[in-house]
Amino acid sequence: MKSRQRSHGTFEQTRAPLLFLAPNLIIFSLFIILPAIMGLRMSFFDWSILDGSKYIGFKNFRDILADSMFWLTLKNTLIYVVAVVPLLSISALALALPLAGEGKGMGVFRAIYYVPTMLSMIIVGIAWRWLLGYDLGIINYAIRLAGGKAVSWLTDGTMANISLIFVTVWTRVGYFMMMFIGGLQAIPKTYYEAAEMDGAGRFTRLRRITIPLLKPIILVVVVLSTIEAFKAYELIFVMTQGGPGTSTKFLVQYIYQAAFEEDRMGYGAAMSVILLVIIGIFTAIQFGARREEYTNE
Amino acid sequence: MNKFLKYTLLLIVSFVFLFPILWVLLSSFKPQSELFTYPLTILPHRPTLENYVNAFASGDFITYYKNSLFVSVVATLITITINVMAGYALSKFWFRGRDLIFYVMVGTLMIPLQAIMIPIFILLKNLGLLNSLWGIIIPPAATPTGVFLARQYLQTIPDSFIEAARIDGAGEFKIFTMIIVPLAKPIIATIAIFSFMWRWNDFLWPFIVVSANKKMTLQLALANFVGQFQINWGNLLAMTVVTMIPMIIVFLALQKYFVKGLTAGGVKA
Repeated sequence: MKSRQRSHGTFEQTRAPLLFLAPNLIIFSLFIILPAIMGLRMSFFDWSILDGSKYIGFKNFRDILADSMFWLTLKNTLIYVVAVVPLLSISALALALPLAGEGKGMGVFRAIYYVPTMLSMIIVGIAWRWLLGYDLGIINYAIRLAGGKAVSWLTDGTMANISLIFVTVWTRVGYFMMMFIGGLQAIPKTYYEAAEMDGAGRFTRLRRITIPLLKPIILVVVVLSTIEAFKAYELIFVMTQGGPGTSTKFLVQYIYQAAFEEDRMGYGAAMSVILLVIIGIFTAIQFGARREEYTNE
Repeated sequence: MNKFLKYTLLLIVSFVFLFPILWVLLSSFKPQSELFTYPLTILPHRPTLENYVNAFASGDFITYYKNSLFVSVVATLITITINVMAGYALSKFWFRGRDLIFYVMVGTLMIPLQAIMIPIFILLKNLGLLNSLWGIIIPPAATPTGVFLARQYLQTIPDSFIEAARIDGAGEFKIFTMIIVPLAKPIIATIAIFSFMWRWNDFLWPFIVVSANKKMTLQLALANFVGQFQINWGNLLAMTVVTMIPMIIVFLALQKYFVKGLTAGGVKA
């Protein structure tokens, strides 16, 4: 078929696809490919808007390895990723399991749970700041009414991290839930019927049928949520601005600070390269782990 | 009993998802005095529109709204046009390097904006696109996901449709506009909805491109307000609600798909 199209191609037909492709390809190359290459190159420069640029080899990377703020923000980011990814994946699956069916009202619940994913991170952050305020937030108000002690949701280092993790799960779980529902609905019902006839309980069916058949989607959810978590910036920008102190300061915020507030563009570019490599490694590990599962089966 | 427990749990979770939004909505109708006095009440005692009036009267809220609408609508139109054209080229024609181009495009999904925001800033600065709405609109318009969706969808259109039109002497551009576009309506709608949602909600692109007040989008302005030392919560809550409105409209238009069980999961343009 391919060769037939090729041999039939008139001059117009060989030109047409390139013209159709051109606008997209130009924008794509100019604003994705080119910046990626520029960024890599900048990471080897002492680059600043005010003082110009100078090639310095690997100095940025050596400085980064000795930069305690880099290690701190990396640690904060990793803790966030390690908490968010499993919580998000498991709660998305837990919500998807009852909602994948066609029982009464399931569609309404699906719609409700999807609502927060449609709001911007900025709006989500503002809403939760309003709820989590120390003095006048409704949550502390409810705690006080119940006789408890008000919690410093956003002004205590540990609590601020917990709040960010919770709000991230709150706003993203509906999105991943819909992915799982798509996957669950694709599993033939006969599998479950057969298993039930063989006397398999609910948990056995989940472990023996649902989870194995959902593996491709679980992988996608884990990879996507990992990349998302490493990119986290907007929610933090609105909810904590990295504080209190530096306890919720993540890598992206530090990159932004170095590049745009301190005019150390090359240094920031070098940290961006490291961020990309870390995301790449995590993704590769997850794909690798999946291949191992295949070979074990 | 089991069923009762299941529905109770689902209702509790619904409350967790809806209450924060509802609370922002209810609070926005409270006068300043009620926002900060104990005891808090769920419903406003004296419901008022004063926060909304103040939000629209003070500063450039209407400008931000116009900017956001312009960016979201124009960017969505551009994205649909160039992505469907590219998806068509990559699915219904054969040419050297076709599959390579496709895989490179999809592969760049691994490169988040956060990792290339510095060179992009320099690039836009050199192109004179900083502090311009076009600088927000054009650079991220060629979304890999949009191309991916368009390509997958257009592959399902039989080649015979196109060949028949060619035999009838239709030009390639005419085939695209008269045959492909009408057949691609469902995927165009999907890309349009997700593009509009993403653009309306996006913060990082405008944040990198725009610093001038007159060019700010709503998300940027909201983030600025919340960063101030003294937050005017009355105004901020009203602005937050008004900013949510287009998303609520999109949601109401889409909700039948959720209820029917058709899943849009995994789609991100």
